[in-house]
Amino acid sequence: MAEQTNLKLAPPPRSLERIPLVQNNRSIGWISDQIAQIAEGKTPMWWWLAFIPSILLATMLFVMLAYLVSTGVGVWGPGHPVMWGWAIINFVWWIGIGHAGTLISAILFLLRQKWRTAVNRAAEAMTIFAVMCAGIFPVVHIGRVWFGYWLFPLPNSNSIWPQFRSPLMWDVFAVSTYFTVSALFWYIGLVPDLAVMRDRAKTKIRKFAYGLFSLGWTGSNRHWSNYEKAYLILAGLSTPLVLSVHSIVSLDFAVSQLPGWHTTIFPPYFVAGAVFSGFGMVLTLLIPLRTICKLEDVITMRHIDLMCKVTLATGSIVGYAYGMEFFIAWYGGNPFERTIFMNRAFGTFWWGYWTMIACNVVFPQLFWIKKFRHNLLLVWILSIFVNIGMWFERFEIVVTSLYRDFIPANWGYFRPTWVDIATYMGTFGLFFTLFLLFLRFLPVIAISEVKGVTPQADPHHPLGGAKGGHH
Amino acid sequence: MSATPRPYGVIAEFDTPADVMHAAEKIRDSGFLNWDVFTPFPIHGMDNAMGLKNSKVGWFSFVGGVTGYTLGMVMIWWMNAVDYPIVVGGKPMFSPFGAFPPSYELTILLGSFGAIAGMLFLNRLPRLHHPLLKHGRFRLATHDKFFLVIETTDPKYSETETRKLLESTGSKRIEIVEE
Repeated sequence: MAEQTNLKLAPPPRSLERIPLVQNNRSIGWISDQIAQIAEGKTPMWWWLAFIPSILLATMLFVMLAYLVSTGVGVWGPGHPVMWGWAIINFVWWIGIGHAGTLISAILFLLRQKWRTAVNRAAEAMTIFAVMCAGIFPVVHIGRVWFGYWLFPLPNSNSIWPQFRSPLMWDVFAVSTYFTVSALFWYIGLVPDLAVMRDRAKTKIRKFAYGLFSLGWTGSNRHWSNYEKAYLILAGLSTPLVLSVHSIVSLDFAVSQLPGWHTTIFPPYFVAGAVFSGFGMVLTLLIPLRTICKLEDVITMRHIDLMCKVTLATGSIVGYAYGMEFFIAWYGGNPFERTIFMNRAFGTFWWGYWTMIACNVVFPQLFWIKKFRHNLLLVWILSIFVNIGMWFERFEIVVTSLYRDFIPANWGYFRPTWVDIATYMGTFGLFFTLFLLFLRFLPVIAISEVKGVTPQADPHHPLGGAKGGHH
Repeated sequence: MSATPRPYGVIAEFDTPADVMHAAEKIRDSGFLNWDVFTPFPIHGMDNAMGLKNSKVGWFSFVGGVTGYTLGMVMIWWMNAVDYPIVVGGKPMFSPFGAFPPSYELTILLGSFGAIAGMLFLNRLPRLHHPLLKHGRFRLATHDKFFLVIETTDPKYSETETRKLLESTGSKRIEIVEE
């Protein structure tokens, strides 16, 4: 055989070339500078303009919670027959939003979707803050919050243990594990970037704080080797975790005997809805962020485009689940089930149902068209619609299955109180306060991960220093 | 300056990942033991270039996961079937199916603790001080430069020979780091 063939390889057509993840051939030093400067220097005016209303809203949340604890859980709307009201709706809504963060950080990591590196840090932060907002509702709705520790298997004066045959106990374990593992995953991802911040720090306080939290990270390859393995394992563990969390949340409903709740489709339907709403929130947060912080070369239009596609896919799964629920209600032949579903769509709360269908199923279909996926304003508005739609989904599930019981004598109506509304609004304040603090003090994009996906980082790429004929 | 600081090692700076990787291959083949490469991001193929074995973090995570699952199952069985059994809806006092979701979550929780604790233990982190962190140029290791450090404790270390070897790898900036 000859040493060389005379076979010539034509360069691939332009349409098959990969779009670079970081645009304009930015150097790896530029990546540190551009991302770290968001958390350095003087606090910009826009930050204060966003932070002050957020912290005021967060204060309102704590005032509402203090009012509830001092007065009683009756200041909220739930009461016979709708014993689960806004508290559970808001809990499921917030925890669902968190799911996109874990999907991006864990599942897309395992699938080797390198574009995730530009958005995973902010999405994970969103997860943690959303789970914190979610956690407030179940803890407070128990009424006597000072006995909240009874939810955990801790010895108490009654010597009674929690009752593990109830899905509510499964929920306690799922949500607390979810919060702990998400926070650790986020922090471990932050360690190398905190070292970047430490090495750039100018003031003593910053040097000390970033130095402490970066755990003495040096960028040693012996460390990277263990670090990458741990990161991979955390991604591998977070994947079944995120799928289990919303499945278990859905079991709170599905294990009961109520028409409209007692269905096997709930776990996958809830997980898809959670990812859908989470991507909605990621888009809502990142579209203004990339413009304000001048991150267009890192969070590129391709990233927005891909996230729109995930939103479209999960929105369509949710639409399929709505259809299948209706089909089974008819095909199952259970008159109670059938009545509940007809009532959902055409009964007292018909407006909620059709808001949900419009926001979750109809509007996201616009993302089939590339022109719409590249119109930032439209994407941003649709992302807010997604979150409105998903809130109404939980409202429909919770309220319509409860307000018309099996016996007409039990029928009632549901109205939130002003405390319900103010508490829910307050959680937005908490969420945005925490998110803005995150923007101001931590690297908002995973610096070392973004560096790692540039061509300059590849030792086998000419930009990475490779010379011809290597290996 | 009361006492002359002891040298910690010799540090060589590189501009590209390919350069530092070739240097690492050379140092590996020369049989050094106490040396390391410092990079702003993990370089694909560097473990091989340094001759590192597969990380052992997985074992820590595995032990954590098994502990979590066992703990969950045994705890639920003991609490609900042994210590204080209560009849609820005619359900069995203990069923592996009802106990599965919390045990599953505990598997993940303790598996994650294991992975993180294992990583920190194997890396001997956290540590509050490192001689390299005092070195002026070294802060670029988290920015855009690549470093290779051979410690003076290495049995093959020699002040002149090691420097020559590093010069032959193409590094333009070779310095001594003090303890």
